[in-house]
Amino acid sequence: MAREGTGASPGQPPGGFAYGLRASVPLCIAVGAFGISFGVLARSNGFGVVAPLVMSMTAFTGASQFAVVAVLGDGGGLGAAVTAAILLAARYVPIGISVAPALGGPVAARLLQSQMIIDESWAVANRGDGTFDRGALLGAGLAIYVSWVAGTALGVLGGDALGDPEKLGLDAAFPALFLALLAPQLRSRTAVTAAAGGALIALTLIPLARPGIPIIAASVACLAGWWRR
Amino acid sequence: MAVILVGAAAMLLKAAGPVALGGRDLPGRAGWLVGAVAPALLGALVVTNTVGDGQSLVLDARVLGVGAAAVCIALRAPLLGAVVVAAGVTALARAVG
Repeated sequence: MAREGTGASPGQPPGGFAYGLRASVPLCIAVGAFGISFGVLARSNGFGVVAPLVMSMTAFTGASQFAVVAVLGDGGGLGAAVTAAILLAARYVPIGISVAPALGGPVAARLLQSQMIIDESWAVANRGDGTFDRGALLGAGLAIYVSWVAGTALGVLGGDALGDPEKLGLDAAFPALFLALLAPQLRSRTAVTAAAGGALIALTLIPLARPGIPIIAASVACLAGWWRR
Repeated sequence: MAVILVGAAAMLLKAAGPVALGGRDLPGRAGWLVGAVAPALLGALVVTNTVGDGQSLVLDARVLGVGAAAVCIALRAPLLGAVVVAAGVTALARAVG
């Protein structure tokens, strides 16, 4: 897969803050649109204006936030809502460990930088050899963060002008990104096995387990391969 | 209350790895593990975002969009192109279907 406008020589993966910003542009549109729909949904479920905004600024993880609003909106309890959200966000533990070597500095700096971790920024920063580009992670993370919070603000303030993001096919932008970032990694047998295994585990577990678990299971399954080695 | 709990939980989950291990190279075997976790997670994310809908598997317009993106990727189209094609084809399929 070619990556546009990076100026990187072949074999040298692109990186840096500017690359992260650039690579996340198409996603920012999709993320912003889903931010709007989150804001609209939260507002219509009686969350007011401030709570959805605070949630987008702190949690900054779409799936968990939608889950909280949906569960509480359906009359579910606080425990059920928080459990669903934590299951959906649990993947950030393995994701965080994988980028940890790239995020150095004092504890406060690591804490701050780690908040820019989101599926998309992690995927953009992934060099494909198990290492991650700090600049690309922060660039993509910041761009997506701003889009998400701005989208939420538009949504809670009643800006439903964009309509349903699914009508625009924006929900398909995310799997396409993950696929585009996965493809160049499939050079070793380990990577192909891991990708196929992860996909298969997710496919099997989606109907069987609660949302979030299939993704965690896919990463935990790598441990099995590790022990067998 | 839920807002505070979920915000704090997500921040802690994201911070756990970098705060505990930040800036250090992972030891050899753990490094291999991380190399395998990335494609496994990406594979799982592709699946859950293409055919997952809560706790059910659905085949809808997303499959066509992601399929079109896969063709673009195979033809070495740039990242942006693949993402835009996925959204465009999905939107078109929904408009038609």
